[in-house]
Amino acid sequence: MKEILRQFICDNFLFGLQRDSFSDDDSLLEKRIIDSTGVLELIAFLEETFGVKVQDDELLPENLDSINRLVRYIEKKSKAAA
Amino acid sequence: MNMCGIAGIIHPPQAKADPGRLRSMIDRIRHRGPDECAVYAKDRVGLAHARLSIIDLASGQQPMHNDTGTVSIVFNGEIFNYVELREKLIGKGHRFRTQSDTEVILRLYEDRGEACVHDLNGQWAFAIWDAEKQSLFLSRDRLGIAPLFYTQVDGAFIFASEIKAIFADSRVARRIDLAGLNELFTFWVNLPPRTFFRNINELPPGHSLTLRDGAVRLKRYWRLRYPDADQLSNEMSEDEYAERLLDLLVDSTRIRLRADVPVGAYLSGGLDSSVIAAIVRKFTETPLKTFSVTFRDAEFDESIHQREVAGALATEHREVPCSYEDIGRVFPRVVWHAEKPILRTAAGPLFILSQLVRESGYKVVLTGEGSDEIFGGYDIFKEAKIRRFWSARPESKMRPLLLKRLYPYLPMLQAQSPEYLKAFFHVADADLSSRLFSHLPRWELTSDLKMFFSNDVRRELEGTDPYADLERQLPEDYDGWDGFSRGQYLEAQYLLPGYLLSSQADRVAMAHSVEGRYPFLDHRVVEFANSIPPRLKMKVLNEKYILKRAARALVPEAIRKRSKQPYRAPEAKSFFNGGAQEYVQAALSPERIRSHGIFQPAAVDRLVEKVRRGQAIGIKDNMALVGVLSTQLALDQFIDHFGEVQ
Repeated sequence: MKEILRQFICDNFLFGLQRDSFSDDDSLLEKRIIDSTGVLELIAFLEETFGVKVQDDELLPENLDSINRLVRYIEKKSKAAA
Repeated sequence: MNMCGIAGIIHPPQAKADPGRLRSMIDRIRHRGPDECAVYAKDRVGLAHARLSIIDLASGQQPMHNDTGTVSIVFNGEIFNYVELREKLIGKGHRFRTQSDTEVILRLYEDRGEACVHDLNGQWAFAIWDAEKQSLFLSRDRLGIAPLFYTQVDGAFIFASEIKAIFADSRVARRIDLAGLNELFTFWVNLPPRTFFRNINELPPGHSLTLRDGAVRLKRYWRLRYPDADQLSNEMSEDEYAERLLDLLVDSTRIRLRADVPVGAYLSGGLDSSVIAAIVRKFTETPLKTFSVTFRDAEFDESIHQREVAGALATEHREVPCSYEDIGRVFPRVVWHAEKPILRTAAGPLFILSQLVRESGYKVVLTGEGSDEIFGGYDIFKEAKIRRFWSARPESKMRPLLLKRLYPYLPMLQAQSPEYLKAFFHVADADLSSRLFSHLPRWELTSDLKMFFSNDVRRELEGTDPYADLERQLPEDYDGWDGFSRGQYLEAQYLLPGYLLSSQADRVAMAHSVEGRYPFLDHRVVEFANSIPPRLKMKVLNEKYILKRAARALVPEAIRKRSKQPYRAPEAKSFFNGGAQEYVQAALSPERIRSHGIFQPAAVDRLVEKVRRGQAIGIKDNMALVGVLSTQLALDQFIDHFGEVQ
């Protein structure tokens, strides 16, 4: 999952550049990888790829703002759905 | 009066001016002055002029000389107070041969020397050769409305209204300045005198230049000033400010109607152009034709508001519709006229609009440009105010929500949760103490585009710091101004001349031989506006408050109370809607990206793919595409294949 997320973030926001410029814990906002539009692109990707439905009240940096947070969030959502 | 093109060469002593060389220079900018063209070559001095006749059609020819032939001038622009200056000079014993404002500058120079610029109210770029002093005097208007560039090569000093005329002299090397590119991908503009091209300088707004004995001396004769933050006082009531402002605007508009040809006006549908059109209709006897651009895409279209103003003021109104394809189609020509990379397509519709003006038989239009800078209308000022307000109480949940109100026209932002809003607009302590606070979000966002720069370009730019370069240019009293004024200064000193008045105004209007006039940029209006206390310019979050008050009896209420809609145009969609235009594919192909060496081919390819899929919805991606494309086109047109424009 991490690899899929990293691949998407690198392709979509960094256009294949600087693949190793951020760690799994780095804030995507602070690293200036994702902006206000980027969050929406990211959510569309999560919904499409992992079949999760991101609720409005889940639109929080603590859920979405690093690879590790995304992994935790998706796992939590998948468990809840199961 | 002559909104025109000028060019010239001052050779070292003993060398001879070559009329053929001057002719080829001025031919490059004949769009600026298609009515007449003249070249003057005497000894080491060459001057050239392309004229768009607007006042004194019969006798305003240039280059113009004084009675003894010792002082010669070429002039691009308008001196709007020439009538009054002429009378004064006649009173002092000067005799005039023509009715032109060109001769007024000439006589004034004879009278006052280089200090003549202080008396001028207008928009100008001129060059005066003084044979007795063997010196050249160049001057550019206070706000940078008329363009002027120069370079030195083999001991010759070369100047022109546009860079392409300088490049017509084959001795001048056509190379890009990577530091200039870096500035454009930070500020959207260059910090003059730097330009996008190496060794090509721009005379900064409010400056004069003297060339004597081969040495160049720049002198700032005017600049923007604001009151010290600790000396802000309400010298007048709100109504008094509004009344005084209206008086000034009426006079500034009135003298900008001086012309021997009819004067039209742009209507955007917003407050500023409406105020100007209303003043023409209500305070003068002038019939008025108005011009607007409309968009097929409702997201950008303002035709309802434009028609409302035109109807209320009973102007003869004309519109030109603009589609994505139109913007894509004209873009290469827009870049050719802008002479640098641009990050937005907004100049395209204005290029199309000036064509409509020209086809309607008009040469002169009034516009509302400048109002947002001098009265504090832009969202960037509001955003900075909210960020400051919020940072005073960082734990507040309500304060960041004001940011949502700020951008009602950006659906992406409206979709954000409060937590994300806080994260996006988070104010770091370091930002708060930055002298460039108001502009950091925009400039940081723009700087993100540099990730597309090739490794070679990055290496070249290592150790450079555009922010530090800009800070070195800030005036000594800058830090004493309040935050609002500092933001206004950055906007009016840089983005206004470097982008809005050039790429989006003079260049695209002159492309069709149309002259823009800007009543808000009369220096009396600017100086008065700068004296209004910032808290009245933007009252709480109500922008341009004093202007709105001044416009109460002029402009329909619906227009006055409309929430501000910044002028925008479709970006990436303009190039890929219904298949990429052929030139876009060629310019962005990996081979061409590689051959120019500025960007990374694989990254650009991924960006293009994202745009093609319709997934490039954010500001950054759109700006990246337009920036990369315009850079590639500028390199094609100016470096590799000079003058070849699709």
